[in-house]
Amino acid sequence: MINRVLRGRMAMPALIVLALVVLCAVLAPLLAPFDPNAQDLLTRLSPPQWTGGHLLGTDNLGRDVLSRLIYGARISLFVGLAVALISGTIGALIGIVAGYRGGWADRVLMRLADVQLAFPAILLALAVVAFLGNGLWVVIIVLGVTNWVSYARVTRSSVLSLRERDYVLEARAIGVGPATIMRRHLLPNVLASLITIAALNVASAIVVESALSFLGLGVPADIPTWGSMLADGQLYLGTSWWIAVFPGLALMLTALSINITGDAVRDAVDPRAYR
Amino acid sequence: MSAPILTVEDLRVDFALPGRTVHAVRGVSFEVRAGRTLAIVGESGSGKSATASSVLRLNPEPPASYPSGLIVYEGRDLLRLPEREMRDIRGDQIAMVFQDPMSSLNPVRRIGAQIAEVLHRHRGGRASQYHDDVLAALEAAGIDDPQRRADQYPHELSGGLRQRAMIAMALVAGPRLLIADEPTTALDVTVQAQILDVLADLQAERQMALLLITHDLGVVANMADDVLVMRAGEVVEQGDVLSILTDPQHPYTQQLLAATPRLREETPA
Repeated sequence: MINRVLRGRMAMPALIVLALVVLCAVLAPLLAPFDPNAQDLLTRLSPPQWTGGHLLGTDNLGRDVLSRLIYGARISLFVGLAVALISGTIGALIGIVAGYRGGWADRVLMRLADVQLAFPAILLALAVVAFLGNGLWVVIIVLGVTNWVSYARVTRSSVLSLRERDYVLEARAIGVGPATIMRRHLLPNVLASLITIAALNVASAIVVESALSFLGLGVPADIPTWGSMLADGQLYLGTSWWIAVFPGLALMLTALSINITGDAVRDAVDPRAYR
Repeated sequence: MSAPILTVEDLRVDFALPGRTVHAVRGVSFEVRAGRTLAIVGESGSGKSATASSVLRLNPEPPASYPSGLIVYEGRDLLRLPEREMRDIRGDQIAMVFQDPMSSLNPVRRIGAQIAEVLHRHRGGRASQYHDDVLAALEAAGIDDPQRRADQYPHELSGGLRQRAMIAMALVAGPRLLIADEPTTALDVTVQAQILDVLADLQAERQMALLLITHDLGVVANMADDVLVMRAGEVVEQGDVLSILTDPQHPYTQQLLAATPRLREETPA
């Protein structure tokens, strides 16, 4: 399995980047050279330098960019994973019920999906955050309940074919009811494709969270995130490029790595992709 | 003779297709008794499988409907039983073995877990507590090294072993009636005989009633006590196996027998 994932040329570098990000997130207090929120106005806007401690420079309040980057990995990863978990659960549930039940349940749920798709998630997020105030969990829940559509559609179309399989008939023949068939017989068979979507979803959730933070509607200011670092940095882009460029690079590399890994996992679990 | 375990009277099964209705079964009656085997024989589309799956009400309703008929099991008409009560009977009282063991097992679950699910469903508790019952069922179905097989996935087993696992799954709860829908059609000829032996042994041992659906008259000759010949949804001939095979009355049965290949053509005296 691992070998199959690594067959792609890009998979290994992507996994290494991901491993680094995860490491930063888990060991942030140990790795970060400074307190990410410690301000030091005397050294503000100092450029990246090997000596003097601030490896990636400091921002407009004299906070260490590297430390904020490392702590920001925590928020980004946590938001991405939590959003994928929430929307994956909702999407799988809706998709399985729609696909297995068919009929009016299918029609209602899929129209709901169309409505959801027609409504840009970031707009909804903006509205909810503006209404409820910003906070980590507000962002996670808003993104979580708006990203379920792709999970639901893929699950539904898989289930439409899976429910005609003989083993589903066999399950009915041993007296198992529809709820158990969906949970124990259909869900395990769609899990592989759900994991692939989840990988892509983690990446997009990280980007959207950063976009919200960039707009000042994401996570509160005392929690360092890549998006809010970008927002802070844009004012100084002409003079102090490092404030915005490093979080931007981190964001781009992480999203790219997750996408590549997701593709590699999909190719590895999809028998049709065997060469 | 023992009382019948299952009595089917004037069963009709319709399938509503877009624009037309197919009358798949048109008034079929039969009885199955403990320890005896009734074979339903007929060509593809004769309604034999629709009859079999009607007993467990496995045809999706709609499109299937039952304009008339009684399927009496233990004094209850299964055609009028609510789905919830029907589920309690499936797999516990009446079990079924399907044609294709390749696709009837869930590919992502271990053999043992799938067999344990039957007992878990009908006896409750935790699935893990039925480990010994699962091994006993696999062994009864003629599987060597049941411990190892129980931990394997379906793709790791040969066709014959999978069909044995299906039989273990059907019989683990000790049903009184087993419906076998072309249980050997998808298997190699050599494996077919073994599977039929296992079925015959287990039936004799447990005094189970067996409803055998087949198009193979060789299987009928080996296994059946009584035979019901179906064509186009109707019963054309019915009787004990000896008289049907040696002295068929209906022209269709005669044709069916004549269509069975023989090694040596008997010369008329």
